[in-house]
Amino acid sequence: MSPLLVAALRKSYDGREVVAGLGFELRRGECYGLLGPNGAGKTTTLRCCLGLTTPDSGDITLVGEPVPARAREARMKIGVVPQFDNLDPDFTAAENLIVYGRYFGMKDAEIRPKIGELLDFAGLAGKEDANIRSLSGGMKRRLTLARALVNDPELLLLDEPTTGLDPQARHLIWERLKRLQVQGKTILLTTHFMDEAERLCQRLAIIDGGRMVAEGAPRALIGEHIEAQVVEVYGEDAPSWAAREAQAFSRRVEVSGETAFCYVADAAPLLAHLAAWPGLRTLHRPANLEDVFLKLTGRELRD
Amino acid sequence: MKLATHPSPSIRAFAVWRRNFLVWKKLAIPSLLGNLADPMIYLFGLGYGLGGLLPQVGGVSYIAFLAAGTVCASTMNAASFEALYSAFSRMHVQRTWEAIMNAPVTLEDVMAGELLWAAAKATLAGTAILIVIAALGLIASPLALWALPVIFLTGLAFAALGLIVTALAPSYDFFMYYFTLFISPMVLLSGVFFPTDQLPPLVQAVAAWLPLTHAVALVRPLLFGEIPAGIAGHVTALLAVAAIAFWIALTLIRRRLLK
Repeated sequence: MSPLLVAALRKSYDGREVVAGLGFELRRGECYGLLGPNGAGKTTTLRCCLGLTTPDSGDITLVGEPVPARAREARMKIGVVPQFDNLDPDFTAAENLIVYGRYFGMKDAEIRPKIGELLDFAGLAGKEDANIRSLSGGMKRRLTLARALVNDPELLLLDEPTTGLDPQARHLIWERLKRLQVQGKTILLTTHFMDEAERLCQRLAIIDGGRMVAEGAPRALIGEHIEAQVVEVYGEDAPSWAAREAQAFSRRVEVSGETAFCYVADAAPLLAHLAAWPGLRTLHRPANLEDVFLKLTGRELRD
Repeated sequence: MKLATHPSPSIRAFAVWRRNFLVWKKLAIPSLLGNLADPMIYLFGLGYGLGGLLPQVGGVSYIAFLAAGTVCASTMNAASFEALYSAFSRMHVQRTWEAIMNAPVTLEDVMAGELLWAAAKATLAGTAILIVIAALGLIASPLALWALPVIFLTGLAFAALGLIVTALAPSYDFFMYYFTLFISPMVLLSGVFFPTDQLPPLVQAVAAWLPLTHAVALVRPLLFGEIPAGIAGHVTALLAVAAIAFWIALTLIRRRLLK
């Protein structure tokens, strides 16, 4: 049985369709990513999956339970790390875990023995009595992750788990998520960080405008949707150079500001040509998920 | 409209209640003193200061008359503050409700927990004043103990009314309207400071519909050692306000949070 099955999901707000027929299925034990620009419908999809809002149409089965009809029962086996920190500021770290466990009907005697282990896992050993206000952003995130594990969930839903964190804190979260996967947890994660998705997810869906535009393993998506090599060309003259010369050496060229992105199967002829243009700086690299993302969702700003 | 029915709250509401209780426990003494200070200033200031100038009011000394009004008004205030400012912090500022609803707890549970918590805190505030009043010798007989369930019921009614305002509030400033336009006039019209028969007949007719009027009408005779007249009507009125207001608050809050 799939931990989460979503089919033909639709949800509109004020006549604007935020989720427009989205469907996907998680495999047990995998980390699945929902990747999309701001406003793509990621958070709304998660809210529908948790039964916190009723979709206009579509079917959701969460850990075997139909949602929203039996959302409460389903949430017994789910852990959630929300996009915005909502730890209880009036409580210590340990109290946050105890109080949260009670929402699952757990007795204090069941929760207390787990606190040390959960804080250990979150890299917060010895912080039982720490005031929430004294914790850094990264520590709060990790405590939120620990809180999501208090009921030993089958499936973790993480909404942009590393947004706003510094690189050290992000790496620590990633390492912990990988550990959870080794323990057999299934993870659904939304993000707009490509490196995060590429590192963590076995499979991911790129969504835009509430629709899925591509789905697959990160490497497969790169292989399927984009040329293998990218040569980035920088400089004042890059746009005019790109307009005249780039097409001859590239399968596809995109210009953004003073940078031309040349997508090529073989970079050698282009690099040889560019040697004659000392005013242009170049960066030759393999194509990555961000290239796929930008190709499929466009380069315009989404605010 | 699907909004006409709500799933019924479950036992999980108690976990929400306990969460608020745990926060309160950390600051119990200052919180209780805060609940006592304001009404005591009114009771002593007006009761002795103004009361010294007055002949008997309603057949008793003014401070004895004022005692029941003070109990009811502070119960109302405690319930209102909890259901407005504190609940709004948890709903909007701290996003505590959001966190709770990611667990197997529904919005109905959260609201029921908040309602019962605000009523409990109001009961504590009202009871604390009742104890002070008893110590001052302003209570006639053990019949006054029946004021305790009335205090709880008053707390429920005003907690439910407060949750409606919280459901509509864009920010803390909004609560000023509720206090200035509803709570303050009600205190003057409900027989807290003077008997309602001092009011013009038209205003009396309005006052008869106010929940605080019913609370005062029950508590005052009880403190004097008398059985209140029209108990069933007053209790029904308070219960009806609590039930209808809670239903409206739930409908509004569902629209706000579960859209």
